[in-house]
Amino acid sequence: MISRLYVLPKGEDSRTRLFLKSWQGLGLKGRITHLSILDTYIINGELSSGELTKVAESLTNQNFEKFLINELPTSLDLGVKEKNFSQIIEIGFLPGVTDNVAHTAKETIVDLLHIKNDTSLEVFTSKAFLISGSISSEDAKKVSLSLHNPLIEKGYIYDIGEIKKENNLPLKIPKVVLTKQKDFIEVPLSLADEELIKIGKEGILGNDGVRRGPLALDLESMKVIKDYFKTLGRNPKDIELESLAQTWSEHCKHTIFANPIDDINDGLYKTYIKGATNKIRAQKGKDDFCISVFSDNSGGIVFDKDYLVTHKVETHNSPSALDPFGGAITGIVGVNRDTIGFGLGAKPVANMYGFCFGNPYDTRALYKDKNLTQKMLPPKRIMDGVIKGVNVGGNCSGIPTVSGFVKYDDSFRGKPLVFVGTVGIIPRKINGKLSHEKEAQNGDLVVVVGGRVGADGIHGATFSSVAMDSTSPATAVQIGDPITQKKLSDAIVKEARSMDLYTSITDNGAGGISCSIAEMAKECGGVVVDLEKVSLKYPGLQPWQIWISESQERMTLSVPKEKWSTFNKLMDSRGVEASVVGTFTNSGKCIVNYNGKEIMNISLEFLHDGLPKKHLESSPIVHNNSTPKIPKGENRTKVFEELLKDKNIAGFSFIADQYDHEVQASSVLKPLDGRGRINTEAQVFRPVLSSSKGVVVSSGLYPTYSFINTYHMAACSIDTAIRNAICAGASLSGLAILDNFCWCSSYDQNKLYELIEALKACYDYAVGYGTPFISGKDSMFNDFKGYDEFGNPVAISIPPTLLISAIGVMPDIYKTVSPSFKNAGDSIYILGETFNELGGSEYYKMISKKNGDENAIGNDVPKVDFKKNTKIYQALEKAITKELIRSATSLTSGGLAIVLAKASIGGMLGVNISLKNLPGNYSGVDEALFSESQGRILVTVSKEDISKFEKAVKGIAYAKLGTVLKNDKFIILDKNNKKVIDTNLKKLFTIYHEFSNKMR
Amino acid sequence: MKKNTIKKPKILIMSGYGLNCEEETKFAFESVGGKADIVHINDLITEPKMLSKYQILVFPGGFSYGDDTGSGKAYANKFKNHLSKELEEFLSQDTLAIGICNGFQILTSLGVLPGALTHNKNGQYIDRWVDLKSIGKSPWLTGIKDISLSIAHGEGRYLISSKEYKEMVKNKQIAFTYTSGEICKFQSLEANPNGAMHDIAGILGYQGRVLGMMPHPERAQFFHQTPLWQTKKNKKRKTDEGAGLILFKNAINYFNK
Repeated sequence: MISRLYVLPKGEDSRTRLFLKSWQGLGLKGRITHLSILDTYIINGELSSGELTKVAESLTNQNFEKFLINELPTSLDLGVKEKNFSQIIEIGFLPGVTDNVAHTAKETIVDLLHIKNDTSLEVFTSKAFLISGSISSEDAKKVSLSLHNPLIEKGYIYDIGEIKKENNLPLKIPKVVLTKQKDFIEVPLSLADEELIKIGKEGILGNDGVRRGPLALDLESMKVIKDYFKTLGRNPKDIELESLAQTWSEHCKHTIFANPIDDINDGLYKTYIKGATNKIRAQKGKDDFCISVFSDNSGGIVFDKDYLVTHKVETHNSPSALDPFGGAITGIVGVNRDTIGFGLGAKPVANMYGFCFGNPYDTRALYKDKNLTQKMLPPKRIMDGVIKGVNVGGNCSGIPTVSGFVKYDDSFRGKPLVFVGTVGIIPRKINGKLSHEKEAQNGDLVVVVGGRVGADGIHGATFSSVAMDSTSPATAVQIGDPITQKKLSDAIVKEARSMDLYTSITDNGAGGISCSIAEMAKECGGVVVDLEKVSLKYPGLQPWQIWISESQERMTLSVPKEKWSTFNKLMDSRGVEASVVGTFTNSGKCIVNYNGKEIMNISLEFLHDGLPKKHLESSPIVHNNSTPKIPKGENRTKVFEELLKDKNIAGFSFIADQYDHEVQASSVLKPLDGRGRINTEAQVFRPVLSSSKGVVVSSGLYPTYSFINTYHMAACSIDTAIRNAICAGASLSGLAILDNFCWCSSYDQNKLYELIEALKACYDYAVGYGTPFISGKDSMFNDFKGYDEFGNPVAISIPPTLLISAIGVMPDIYKTVSPSFKNAGDSIYILGETFNELGGSEYYKMISKKNGDENAIGNDVPKVDFKKNTKIYQALEKAITKELIRSATSLTSGGLAIVLAKASIGGMLGVNISLKNLPGNYSGVDEALFSESQGRILVTVSKEDISKFEKAVKGIAYAKLGTVLKNDKFIILDKNNKKVIDTNLKKLFTIYHEFSNKMR
Repeated sequence: MKKNTIKKPKILIMSGYGLNCEEETKFAFESVGGKADIVHINDLITEPKMLSKYQILVFPGGFSYGDDTGSGKAYANKFKNHLSKELEEFLSQDTLAIGICNGFQILTSLGVLPGALTHNKNGQYIDRWVDLKSIGKSPWLTGIKDISLSIAHGEGRYLISSKEYKEMVKNKQIAFTYTSGEICKFQSLEANPNGAMHDIAGILGYQGRVLGMMPHPERAQFFHQTPLWQTKKNKKRKTDEGAGLILFKNAINYFNK
């Protein structure tokens, strides 16, 4: 029996505001006079009407809500003047899509009615939008489309007349119905090359005549697999091919970084990233703070004598392009699991985000297919969804989102970049054993804990390894359930870990259990899995699907047999599902059974190391851009204000305000600072409350510089991440860094050349600064191939992007320095030199756009001198330790004028400076104000500390530029004491927050 | 009622199903002399009698059940289904209880405190600091006049009928109201962040022994947590203590003085 419960607000519903606001942009012809939102619960089960009422009561807060059962509210119920609704739109999930509210409702019902066996009870939720006014069905269609994503949801627009008959919405449920298929099929590989290529590219041909989706295996790989099975004397089964495809995917094996390239025989990763870290660690000797690098889910360094701190940054670009909310939420909770999966399980203590979006005002339509049926989401929709995904993921998990950045460029219109990072903390020793070491033992049980498995997230690993086009599978989209993961995380990290109940643990990310179990099997040398023991969301999944599904919120553990019962009892009492799905062995094989039948038997050696090496080749490329025409005259007030308004420069407090950055009581340097609430470039938090040590985090990236030179792009990213951290009070000798490469068209030899250049810079500057890489990730195919609204082919690739994240330990959080100006009368100093380095700058970008030639970004990209900069950073470090610095902020995008404005807005204090003594070698006022030369820092010093400060910075390039003012003036004078910028703080404050306020 | 002096009061802090501020709340209570245990709701359901061994019951902040079906509702339903009797008995003794943020939402959903909390007026989650005026009569509030604390919530708009409100005013049951103070002036912010009726940020029940509040005192237990600390810091400062710690001290003092 199916019933519907409607929960409706008694009074005003503040949720309607955001919907009505977003509909304003849809170009509706009619007028909406009233909107009501109903939460509807669709319940399928044998409940009496008394029980239904009891259930409805428990799902309603009678103070401001009321309920109706199998009866739509009348306009009277909702306090609407019009008698009839103009439109009723219902948005519900597609079958099989995670419905978190329904899970909670079901749990409440089962608990309330003391239901013993809950298998016959099904709960689904939806939202009904009751619209009054004059809204046509055409308008309703637009509204419906803006309310749902067809990949995961369905929008129903009802005929009011039909609905009136029953006065109820249809009693139907989104049930998954899968047709029973064979447990496996054999895939003969004695085929022509073309057919092998087809299988690799489009997938195995199922019995239903439909290809199952990309394996992303090239011909060479297919041939190696063919030979392997030939020596075994049998055909591979579908699950074996799928499993190899997952393990060998670019996403898991990072083939571009691993393969030999040109004369770099050891490959890029070993030579430049690991190579740099090894060299730095050797140089640091006994001061080496790296404990676990590159070998685990996160990188781990020393926090103090009792704790390690871990860090990991991930990307979730492809899923976020298709389903922004789902992509982002699974991204953030996924990288949380990289923390929980570090060593024996670290506790997540801080989240980070970084977004690169297309222009949110861009409304051009793009399609994945030539027939214009698969429309891409517009940038604003992607932005809103991604921001919300990280919001729900982080907030619900009780992890502070301490920092982030957002960049906008048309080149991110095809694929956005969504970076997510998590810092964790773990005692160095647990039960007398080193916590970062783990090893599954022969005989241990294979235990999977957390969420159940569905068809969601199939082919995620292989899908993100190819460019997005019309064949990108929809099932690659997943939705996160942060509460299931929170329960799991608490049970593991806060309880099971100290009870010594498992020997190893890892995250289920890309490739699902096919990757996590096979990976752990390496620790002991083999595994046998009984796949039918995996708990499923719904029946009918085929074994290969169960094996590679990326359903979320799951971890895999190795549990010694004698500890299983204690472990299981603990999990059960915490509301966490755990199941034994196999046994770790030392057979050298990965064997998978299904209902007693062996369906996979591959040697671990072939599974992990069988992927053929491919020699990559690159081909050099030099970019030559034209230079934009700069404004005439000397006064730059207007162009400066325009630059401050630019969304790549302006504040984005609308994001920070929605993210809980105070939970865990650890906040020291927040995402927003000072009176004027400016965004900070580094953040500090206190992960262990009993210690006064802190952790500082920061980041740097300059995608636009890649249009000029990727070597310098990478050098600037590293320098900026380091400099940002130093300004907050970090110590250079205690900093570690992480690399996230997001590249495009990575089989293009020019792009490979640019990749090598970037990696060379990574090596040079990491070694130069002595900052080891401790973790990294790459996403190599951020390309979109599709069509515009006229069916013309469109290709959009991101600029080669390298995000560098820095992390370090601060001995005393109370020495943290924030960027905002503090007191009128303090002196303003600049450290470091300014050069003619406007190439790729925000200033050039803005004026070239204004001039109508967007490619005129120049060629003078900033170059980094790490020897000089090291001295600057060490001098500042000393001054901060002696508490001589009132504010410090790093010069980044926008240059001196912009950073001065931000620090000034932060303190809501005026500024009067002169460029007369500005150190460096530059030609004009534009360079002085807007050059993005690296290694520069703006600090303020109070009167009584000036002599001590000047002593501390002796020997480096620095100059006193002027003074912080009590009044509202913002004045910059050139060499000849002529005003080049003359404006006021109130105006700058408004400009700085304008974009952010529009996005609220 | 004459109470016995208890040197080290015992505090039970609820956890499970997405509550997430239990550790820092425990830290705050223990730093001022209490002994706090974090207890999973399922463990309390298994052994309900243990509640009587504690003097202070805490529903900390968090996101129980992800706010699904309404903030605090599902957790309160579970608590009600299994622990009604024990809760009633606990509150009938000379005990203290506090619900912070999600904990406040749970307390109102349980019916322990009047009124209800719903979506912020702007429809969005808000993380910022607020200024509060303390106007209620409660052991929790001893010595507090004005205080600035952190809020972070999506459903913090307090609703109350005018009849109940009058009653509450008469009984000095309004603990905190939002006001424009140091923080609002510093960052030019609205006093009332979420549209709460009568600017109510926290309320009292059981003769002031039960406090429910949206702002987080545990997020102001250290000096470095306030947005003002960078402006206020000076080299001679020696204390790590934040303004919010006084609530925890008050609770401990209620029993040991």
